[in-house]
Amino acid sequence: MIELDSRCELNPAVSLRPERFGALVYSFDTRRLSFLKHRDLVRVVEALGTHESVRETLEAESIDTERWPSFLNALTTLVESEMINEL
Amino acid sequence: MNSESVRPVVAAQPRAATRSLVEEFKEGLDAPICLTWELTYACNLSCVHCLSSSGRRDPRELTTQECYDLIDEFQRMKVFYVNIGGGEPMLRTDFFDILEYAAAHDVGVKFSTNGTYIDEAAAARLASMDYLDIQISIDGADASVNDLIRGEGSYAAARRAMDNLAAAGFGAFKISVVATRHNIDQLDGFKAIADSYGAQLRLTRLRPSGRAVDSWDELHPTQEQQRQLYYWLLDRPDVLTGDSFFHLSALGDPLPGLNLCGAGRVVCLVDPVGDVYACPFVIHDQFLAGNIRDDGGFSHIWRNSDLFVSLREPESEGACTACEMYDACQGGCMASKFFVGLELTDPDPECVKGAAEPLLEKVGATGSLVPRPSVDRSRPGVPVPSPVRLRKRQRV
Repeated sequence: MIELDSRCELNPAVSLRPERFGALVYSFDTRRLSFLKHRDLVRVVEALGTHESVRETLEAESIDTERWPSFLNALTTLVESEMINEL
Repeated sequence: MNSESVRPVVAAQPRAATRSLVEEFKEGLDAPICLTWELTYACNLSCVHCLSSSGRRDPRELTTQECYDLIDEFQRMKVFYVNIGGGEPMLRTDFFDILEYAAAHDVGVKFSTNGTYIDEAAAARLASMDYLDIQISIDGADASVNDLIRGEGSYAAARRAMDNLAAAGFGAFKISVVATRHNIDQLDGFKAIADSYGAQLRLTRLRPSGRAVDSWDELHPTQEQQRQLYYWLLDRPDVLTGDSFFHLSALGDPLPGLNLCGAGRVVCLVDPVGDVYACPFVIHDQFLAGNIRDDGGFSHIWRNSDLFVSLREPESEGACTACEMYDACQGGCMASKFFVGLELTDPDPECVKGAAEPLLEKVGATGSLVPRPSVDRSRPGVPVPSPVRLRKRQRV
């Protein structure tokens, strides 16, 4: 489970394609396609690598603290499917 | 819709009111999620159910440079991967060049082949490449069933290709099977073959497209076989289906994947001469959106063609929208309806509730004309193998 203090980055083999609903995410390594179903999540995922922690990223992207648990769940799913690396 | 990677492996969603992905996809995306690209109509086989009626190369087929330019365009549009097929794509002399160019431009490739040309050297070369999936077609779990559909010697050729890929250390390739009345009893056999190679099994739906227009009536699974197939698939979520059996979701729990027709919305077909159709199973003028050689190229067709724009509009009212199962099956497959002479608002010809059967009887009884595919590259004089009587329908 990803925690607020975890440090993460988008896997370099993964490409994002912004869409109305969020983004398509494709891994050239696992050849799997996923969907990010919210634009806020897309911003967070793209910014992960430029911050020291998930907490810092969520703050920098002005995500309301009430929504943090759902973001942690989403990020955990993405780590499990190798779309995001935990550093 | 021939795009099993559309299966949402992860649908990461922070809690917030959002529309369902199905609703989003029905309105189309700025670029396809993936697409089918048939490289050539040339084929060494003459399979009875070939969706593109392949056999002879078309002299107008895209040049190597045009293929590279198209890959560049896919890269700009962020089309992450393409399903390459044919015909037999390995018959193109620039086949490996095209694969290498795609890999170098962030366009992943999955290609379908009958395996004839995967000898030891080709297998070694394929095993050394990145971003590559291979799908080898068989339509029977043994030669006796397979070769009646695909032609004599085709089963042995496919198994030789699988052996060569395994020996070369390619890794997990895919084995692709079109489900027919003749092989539904072999599902466990197909799975055993796949498991023996560490391969992934992929089952897809037979459509009355291409050469299959003349054999679909007797080749498509019976209602009882459809139920058998549905429960078999429900128990095996690891078997890929390209989301092609979504009409079976009306039997109960939905099968994994996006249950919708993606034609012109999230997928399409580019044929060997650059014609762009809504999906690989509707090679007919009515579903032709344009040609990539026209001004604006592929992206203009995808975003602006009248056909694709209309496919992204809300569906018209029809018999299905009143059915309680409509959300599960979405009315089924457009191509299947079209080529048996039904209206697009009619039920799928293989509707599990049997809703299409009176309509099909009516079409048959009145001898009304049904559409003929726009392209037929079958090789003249070469017999088409078939386990069933070929019924030449009167066609418009």
